[in-house]
Amino acid sequence: MDRLHTPALVRGMTQPRTRRDAFRLAGLSAAGLALAACGVQGQKAAPPKPDAVKDFWAKQKKNGKVVFANWPEYMPEDHGPLKKFQQETGISYEYKEDINENAEFFGKADPVLRAGQSLGYDIVVMTNGIQLQHMIELGYAVALDQSRMPNFQANAGAKYKERSYDPGNVYTMPYASGVTGIAYNTKYVKDELTSIEALFDAKYEGRVGMMADAQEIGNFGMIALGVDPEKSTEDDWKRAGEKLKAQREAGIVRKYYDQNYIDAVSRGDVWLTMAWSGDVFQRQLAGEPVKFYVPEEGGTIWTDNMLIPKNAANPVDAMTLMDYFYKPEIAAELDEFIQFVTPVPAVQDLLRKKAETASGEDKQALLDMADSPLMFPTEADYAKLRNYTKLTTAQEQVFNPIFQSITQA
Amino acid sequence: MRRLTPYLLALPGWMWLAIFLVVPLAAMASVSLQTGNVIDGFVMTFSVSNYGDAIGGYSTQLVRSLVYGACATVAMLVIGYPVAYWIAFKGGSRKSVYLFLLLLPFFVSFVLRTISWGFLLADDGVLLGTLKSWGLLPAGFHVLATAFAVVAGLTYNWLPFMILPIYVALERVDPRVVEAAQDLYATRGAAFRKVVLPLSLPGVFAGVLMTFVPATADPVNAQVLGGTGNTMIGNIIQTEYLVNNDYPTASALSFTLMAVLLVGIFAYARVLGTENVLEAAAR
Repeated sequence: MDRLHTPALVRGMTQPRTRRDAFRLAGLSAAGLALAACGVQGQKAAPPKPDAVKDFWAKQKKNGKVVFANWPEYMPEDHGPLKKFQQETGISYEYKEDINENAEFFGKADPVLRAGQSLGYDIVVMTNGIQLQHMIELGYAVALDQSRMPNFQANAGAKYKERSYDPGNVYTMPYASGVTGIAYNTKYVKDELTSIEALFDAKYEGRVGMMADAQEIGNFGMIALGVDPEKSTEDDWKRAGEKLKAQREAGIVRKYYDQNYIDAVSRGDVWLTMAWSGDVFQRQLAGEPVKFYVPEEGGTIWTDNMLIPKNAANPVDAMTLMDYFYKPEIAAELDEFIQFVTPVPAVQDLLRKKAETASGEDKQALLDMADSPLMFPTEADYAKLRNYTKLTTAQEQVFNPIFQSITQA
Repeated sequence: MRRLTPYLLALPGWMWLAIFLVVPLAAMASVSLQTGNVIDGFVMTFSVSNYGDAIGGYSTQLVRSLVYGACATVAMLVIGYPVAYWIAFKGGSRKSVYLFLLLLPFFVSFVLRTISWGFLLADDGVLLGTLKSWGLLPAGFHVLATAFAVVAGLTYNWLPFMILPIYVALERVDPRVVEAAQDLYATRGAAFRKVVLPLSLPGVFAGVLMTFVPATADPVNAQVLGGTGNTMIGNIIQTEYLVNNDYPTASALSFTLMAVLLVGIFAYARVLGTENVLEAAAR
């Protein structure tokens, strides 16, 4: 215990360094500088040539294991679909809930992949957006083997085979889609809310949650102004920024949330908040007084996509698992739990069929799911939903500061 | 050979410092002067303006962090000193039990503990909800999403690092010295002021150092417990690095924070008079 005594520390910190010490430190620093002076290399990758992709896959073989990194609450707790996968294919799995935010995940993955190392995951899930775009542009996503996705080809919905951010399904396969809308706590909000204006209503001063993500909050600012985010201009971003700034300065916003908005609204810290559809349904099932709606002015739809990161150890096994999720019965089991929009339309009928054999509450829950426009949107529903703004790197450097100066003031 | 031995023995320590401190710092210094973006890469342009932009853009958060860090440090001192004093002088044979109890919560992850505070202090949670139902607090009262919550979180999270150094300093105070003071007609207050307090100052000094620096730089408490106007500089650095992938700005901000803290610490050492502190400890 006595050696913990502090004068030595204090003395060391306050005594002047001798010149010799300074020179030694300078020498070491110079070595460090020499290492660092070359800068951080850019790695913009050209689209892969078909031959190269074929060669790559010809060299790979099944290793009998796969590591899957996903978002929290995105897989039944008993790992049902994964266990079946293991039984049927003999490939053992490791499932990790390691992804909480696209930006944060990319920020952590970038230096690792840049250095040519492996993340230790064979599949990761990322939302369509800036970071997924970066992954593809930087060559961090392995071009998929188009011959190893029979279930996807047979069962995926047309919308999920033609996605503007990954034409031809070269790098990604959708895991689930969801809607960003508004959730409110019915214990505190007695009215039936329908409009996006509720988020800007002075009546809820200090009781409104907004998302911290620049794209999410920016989209809602634009939708409130009647602008379609996908077609927005720099001027629209600035106007949306003004509106959101006024909302903050009026004291309406309590906090800018990440994933933890859902706890805040279910325990009543905020009464209404921007929210992701599936999160709210899961809480409803758990009996919490939360309700979700898509504002009549519009909400946004996004898709979480599976991809194989560069240098993954088990790409063949990863392909097998990704395609396995497109078996209708597996997709149904998964969607019954996560309650987002599944890329496999056949799930709706499977849920109805299951409802016939079920009874009581279970039956009702299954029917509700099958009829939910938020799990199986019709064309009319899709028309109300907007896509994310597509940004170039240069635009991103304008877009992000506009909204971050509000969320991180 | 014998003359070289101490240096050889010190070699692992030097290597450790070089690899894990000097090289990363140098790399960061280099990155802080580069320009570019994450797709095309960053090149060295010696653009000192990165610093101006970073400081100009985020001076609010920088100043706020220093204020929060200082408030939390003062709060820790006010809470921690009596605790350390009590354990050192009144703890008797159970001193180590008390110290263990003090450290026990810290076997749980820092982030988890902070999130748990979120549950404890929820508007209608265990604590506030109960007080509200007894009519002791107005219905709209809340602690979360305020500057108070952030400072309280910081205080809680680093309290042991304040208590332990003070305890170590107080534990070394010979009780006979205090008795001698009282024999010479010092009141209990005077004995504390003139004998115990000066002897414990090195502990206070170390405690302040060990808590002020991490509390000022911390991003977690502001993110979990804060509201709209409580962003600290650590949050900004995190966003610049992880979200915007603007490595130069993140590095420039880190260096600025480091410089500000170092200047603050040296000024503090001067004011408190390290020399006197050390002499008091050596006697």
